[in-house]
Amino acid sequence: MDKAIVVKDMVKKFGDFVANDHLNFEVEQGEIFGFLGANGAGKTTAIRILCGLSKPTSGKLTVAGYDIYKETEQIKKHIGYMSQKFSLYEDLTINENIRFYGSIYGIPIKERKERTRNMLNRLELTEYANERIGSLPLGWKQKLAFSIAILHRPKIVFLDEPTGGVDPVTRRQFWNLIYEAAEKGITVFVTTHYMDEAEYCNRVSIMSEGKIVDLDTPQKLKEKYNVQNMDEVFLRIARGEN
Amino acid sequence: MIRIQDITKSYGKTQALKGVSLDVKKGELFGLIGPDGAGKTTLMRILMSLLLPDSGQATMNSYDVVKEYKKIRMQTGYMPGRFSLYQDLTVEENLEFFATVFGTSISENYDLIKDIYVQIEPFKKRRAGKLSGGMKQKLALSCAMIHKPEILILDDPTTGVDAVSRKEFWEMLMRLKAQGITILVSTPYMDEATLCDRIALIEKGNIFGVNTPQQLMENFPEDLWSVKTASSLYQTAKKLQNLPRLISVNSFGQCLHVVLLKGKVTKADIITFLEQQGETNIEIEQIQANIEDVFILTTEKKTNPVSL
Repeated sequence: MDKAIVVKDMVKKFGDFVANDHLNFEVEQGEIFGFLGANGAGKTTAIRILCGLSKPTSGKLTVAGYDIYKETEQIKKHIGYMSQKFSLYEDLTINENIRFYGSIYGIPIKERKERTRNMLNRLELTEYANERIGSLPLGWKQKLAFSIAILHRPKIVFLDEPTGGVDPVTRRQFWNLIYEAAEKGITVFVTTHYMDEAEYCNRVSIMSEGKIVDLDTPQKLKEKYNVQNMDEVFLRIARGEN
Repeated sequence: MIRIQDITKSYGKTQALKGVSLDVKKGELFGLIGPDGAGKTTLMRILMSLLLPDSGQATMNSYDVVKEYKKIRMQTGYMPGRFSLYQDLTVEENLEFFATVFGTSISENYDLIKDIYVQIEPFKKRRAGKLSGGMKQKLALSCAMIHKPEILILDDPTTGVDAVSRKEFWEMLMRLKAQGITILVSTPYMDEATLCDRIALIEKGNIFGVNTPQQLMENFPEDLWSVKTASSLYQTAKKLQNLPRLISVNSFGQCLHVVLLKGKVTKADIITFLEQQGETNIEIEQIQANIEDVFILTTEKKTNPVSL
């Protein structure tokens, strides 16, 4: 099977500033891949490139099997995206948001209705289908935003700090949704500042000052740095104590 | 130093605060721990006299937050949740602005902010809007401190900030506390709770579990086990859902935290159950609850929130 994401020698410069300095990594299909790093390490720059929103200065990249330079429109069709900052339209209802996203991705109406019914059932939100998003608690919004981001069955979903500020119970329910998606074969590319969530990833990469300093399973990273948890691994790497 | 009595506040139909009472002592580093939407910001805005409560009273350093708001503003430093400095002014201009507004100068109180400000001083000619997240946070704290307040109110200062900068920020708070400043800080990160002298958990406009973090963790009323097996946490958690006398099972990093009715289930019972479900390499030990365990149990149970 093809890799979900292949990044070879990717460089992104803004003027003299090197935001991404020769990144190299691959993400397997169905993998939950944690993309970690301190603020300003270059994560957002890399994610924007992987989503086809910005071009790298140099390097070879494919996402969902499509070339990042020539096939960005194909990439956009085959990925999903959500973040804490941008998720759903607050002034539209749940149903209207789903209709909007469904139309953009060209999901046939019958199919969309079927998927909507299943999704709202799964989230236990059926009775709120006509409520405006703005009136819902943050935790519901985030779970809903994730489910809508994968409504068109993308090959890869990018999650940029999806659980920031969310209560501990909802945060875990959110991760259950992530596992379910991964079990269905969707590749999950996720950033987070919660280091316990880093433990839930199959593999994580840790960026510092534009470079990927390390990349492995949480277990192997903890063994390598001889520490008990990912929090300590992160502090070692991001503070340059390794 | 801060006294809050039965404060309520609603926005239309939404009750943001449902009768909140709380005392913060002089020199205390007090944490308000809860998720977004719990009511933290509303409470802090009322204390800062930026919002009027529907009912109830609050005083800061004995001054009433409604009637004596001008005095409170002179004695209190406030760091709002959203970055609210002037993006088009430089680092130095922002600091100078806040010093002037409060009738003081940077040089007069430089000692107070020195520790924090030296870290951003090399960038003092840079516009605030162009700073990184960690630097913005340091500038905001410097501006909140420049008039030598007795009380600091910090609204989610570490949200969206990476683990390293978060740690540095708390080290700064420890140093401010050592100077005798009373600090009320809110955070959705449960692990930061243990860095406070005392905390209150807040959820859906209610406050519960006001105590030292240590005491709260020790008072955990049920049995808590840490469990790990050869299969994934997600799979193991699914199976554990059927364990008799289970209250909850949640993933905590690399292991599961399994909460069971106190004194009802033995280690051998759990192992037998997991083995029957085909689990191997079972690692299990009884552990002490952390603040997140306490928060989850309390908010899930809801039946008797005061008992903590």
